[in-house]
Amino acid sequence: MESRFRVFLLITAFALLASPALVPMAAAADEKPAEKTEQKAGDNPVNEVIQQDPVIQPEVKRREVKQADVETENFEIGVFAGLLSIEDFGTNPVYGVSLDYHVTEDLFIQGRLGYSEAGTTSFERLGGGVTLLGDREYIYYDVALGYNLLPGEAFITRNTTYNTSLYLIAGAGNTEFAGDNFFTIVWGAGYAVTASDWFALHMDFRDHMFDIDITGEDKTSHNLEASLNITFYF
Amino acid sequence: MRKCFISLFLLVSSLSVSPLSNADEPEEHFVKVADPYIEMHTGAGRGYPIFYVAARGEWVQLLYRKTDWFRVKTEDGKEGWVSAAQLSMTLNPSGQRVDIRDPNEKDFVVRDWEYGASIGDFEGLSVISFYGGYHFTENISNEIIISQASGTVSSKTVLSLLNIIHEPFPEWKVSPFFTLGTGWIRTEPKSTLAVTRDRTDQYANYGLGVRMHITKRFLLRVEYKNYVIFTSRDDNEEIAEWKAGFGFFF
Repeated sequence: MESRFRVFLLITAFALLASPALVPMAAAADEKPAEKTEQKAGDNPVNEVIQQDPVIQPEVKRREVKQADVETENFEIGVFAGLLSIEDFGTNPVYGVSLDYHVTEDLFIQGRLGYSEAGTTSFERLGGGVTLLGDREYIYYDVALGYNLLPGEAFITRNTTYNTSLYLIAGAGNTEFAGDNFFTIVWGAGYAVTASDWFALHMDFRDHMFDIDITGEDKTSHNLEASLNITFYF
Repeated sequence: MRKCFISLFLLVSSLSVSPLSNADEPEEHFVKVADPYIEMHTGAGRGYPIFYVAARGEWVQLLYRKTDWFRVKTEDGKEGWVSAAQLSMTLNPSGQRVDIRDPNEKDFVVRDWEYGASIGDFEGLSVISFYGGYHFTENISNEIIISQASGTVSSKTVLSLLNIIHEPFPEWKVSPFFTLGTGWIRTEPKSTLAVTRDRTDQYANYGLGVRMHITKRFLLRVEYKNYVIFTSRDDNEEIAEWKAGFGFFF
């Protein structure tokens, strides 16, 4: 984000400076002959060595490296789809978006936003026309801390190797279900395969736990989710 | 923002030296190995095998960074991951040591932006909250906070756009802070209970807490807040909130 902003500033500045920059160019053209005569006059061999110095320089630009200039790829944005088993309401498709921030090689923070729709309970199916819920949307968001427990490599063929990681996550969030909000604890594990420099495939298994009373008793419901996530580093 | 101005300044100075330099050209960062060698790993992690070493005097290109690791390309096209610690011993084209280091306590003190999430207790309800803050000075900052609290009777959504934080000793390892804020709180009764109306009230709060820099851009914070809710009834409602969470800064 910031680097894009910087590029914008640089381009603007370049446009602004383009016209005045031509002035020193003209001045440089004037200076060149004077430089040549100076070189002819000075027959000192040491001077010549200094003049030749650029020739033996490696082919690199004389631009100072500052760590702030090097692109960072600590963020990972993704879309996921999978199955969510909503307790008492069947297993249903779920999809959503994710954003990860990698703090260190071990630790990351993950935010997720997901959407699913509850199916019918067996009571509703057998009851003939009875509906328990008006609002069947299941929307959740959560933030979790992740830990890369088992980083490694997967050898797909003799010459194809992908970096992988088995990670654990635990966090908290909110679930909006049946018209109410529920404070939700989320925990699980995932397996990531970094397919190239810029994208990775994740397989995630999570449990969303919250206290609910819509079936007539207070209980902790466990909502298990299995999903595939495609993420992009930026 | 400051970095933007620095790069703008660098651009101005480079333009006056070489007016023909092209701003659209992608930046290339070359450094020279000064240690006896640097180790190139197959992945961005300490356990990944070393498959190549670049010897002293070789020029390598820095492509991009992922946490503590740099993707590096050698002159003969080999690409691998080198730890930031090893690259801090490399040299710039001018022979100066490359400025590679991690964000530390000093950067934490002068941070501009801070984001985070926390969980806790909101007068018997479980609460999750997200915040983003901007530091005007080392001591004064403002935070925008959105919280969702839910329990068996009702759920509450809290939004605050004005939450001034004063941090008297930002350089302390565990740094205390005081807050004063205002916002809106929306209360929705549970749908399984008898139907009562949703309501939105304004509130004011004061609070105190501590922040602690853990590593790199990562911090922990714990805070207490006392809310006074200006209800439409005769008396105001008071709510105490405890939260603990993490954040990161830029």
